[in-house]
Amino acid sequence: MSAFGQIVGRDVRLALRQGGGSYWALIFFVLTVTMFPLSVGPDMQLLGRIAPGILWVAAVLAAMLSLDRLFQADYEDGTLELLTLAPLSLELTVLAKCLAHWITTGLPLAILSPLLGILLNLDASAYPVLVLSLLLGTPVLSMIGGIGAALTVGIRRGGVLLSLLVLPLYVPTLVFGVLAIQGHIDATGARPHLFLLSAVLLAATALSPWASAAALRLNIE
Amino acid sequence: MAGLHRFANPGTFVRISAKVLPWLAGLTAILIGVGLYQALLVAPPEAYQGNVARIMYLHVPSAWNAMMIYGAMAVASATWLIWKHPVADVAAQASAPIGAMFTLTALLTGSLWGKPTWGTFWVWDARITSVTIMLFIYFGYIALRAAIEDGERSAKAGAILALVGSVNLPIIHYSVVWWNTLHQPASVLRAGGPAIVASMLVPLLLLACGFTTYYLTLLIWRMQREIVGRRVRSLRVLQAQG
Repeated sequence: MSAFGQIVGRDVRLALRQGGGSYWALIFFVLTVTMFPLSVGPDMQLLGRIAPGILWVAAVLAAMLSLDRLFQADYEDGTLELLTLAPLSLELTVLAKCLAHWITTGLPLAILSPLLGILLNLDASAYPVLVLSLLLGTPVLSMIGGIGAALTVGIRRGGVLLSLLVLPLYVPTLVFGVLAIQGHIDATGARPHLFLLSAVLLAATALSPWASAAALRLNIE
Repeated sequence: MAGLHRFANPGTFVRISAKVLPWLAGLTAILIGVGLYQALLVAPPEAYQGNVARIMYLHVPSAWNAMMIYGAMAVASATWLIWKHPVADVAAQASAPIGAMFTLTALLTGSLWGKPTWGTFWVWDARITSVTIMLFIYFGYIALRAAIEDGERSAKAGAILALVGSVNLPIIHYSVVWWNTLHQPASVLRAGGPAIVASMLVPLLLLACGFTTYYLTLLIWRMQREIVGRRVRSLRVLQAQG
């Protein structure tokens, strides 16, 4: 098994076992979605109209809150230092860790989302677009979040700072994700937005590991 | 480029900037003074909006400078990452609060202008939204720099964030433009509009230049203080080490 796969496997196992807390993000996702009907009222028509926005905002928040898991524990116990010395380049290590983060938060979140679509009276024909937009968008959240997590890894109580850094950078992903679902619902077409989301995903895959790795190096030296 | 490197020495910078600063401050006072006189007394009231439109003379230069300063910050950050010139990092760090101030000024004046002309303080227009997000990116940069005590690490983290932001800002801008055209029936800002006459263009350009020299004055002033502050800090460290 390659070093890349080893790191992905290790991080996924750590997240799934007791204390890893990967399902906390999922419960948080469901809980945030439940807050919306409680705050805007049980009007099913209104909820159906704002459902794409609610689901995406909840997904963004859930992905963001679990970001500290990416590097924090490894930084504290010194694993990160060994990973920077490993033959696998730090850029690929970072990519592997982001992939593991996505497998344990973004992926289950996307699979779970149609269920929450039912709660919010989202148009049933939009479920495939909803899942697809989350499948394309949540990896971007993990990778851009990785930059923020790497920058704040050495800072005590960096959690709020992390969200301050990362949320503005999440705007394009959020916008294209919501527009894709909305485009499907009002029949203007989801495809252009899904393509744009794919473009953002490709750009983030190509560029973000460099920034994250540079940020990690400066925090480990 | 090689010729510019000799200005990268903090000592040289402090010496030369001390000579430049008074002239720059004087130029700023003249440009803003003449510009404001032209804008408030000489320029004719706008044909449709009357005197309200005079807020444009503050709003537009602020918005231009807010964007330009982010660009300057990104260039300074890249310069620091590539050549490790300490002055470049000082410039980036000193630019951020000034850029945030211009962004905030652009938003506030725009909001005050919006009330009498559009009937509301705030609309989710594409430009307003992307400028608001730029303000948050400025805040994030300032907060990150403040959170890291170690100078070198703070500089590098800030440079990485500024460059990530500069890649992201155009994407954010276009995503917001598309989001806006799909959500709102028509843009509130008139596309095109009446061509601007010379008597209004002159004060606008004077104030735009005046705001830029104001930025440069503040920047040099802040940079001088930061360089002296860093020197004091390293002297204290040396003293403590005996």
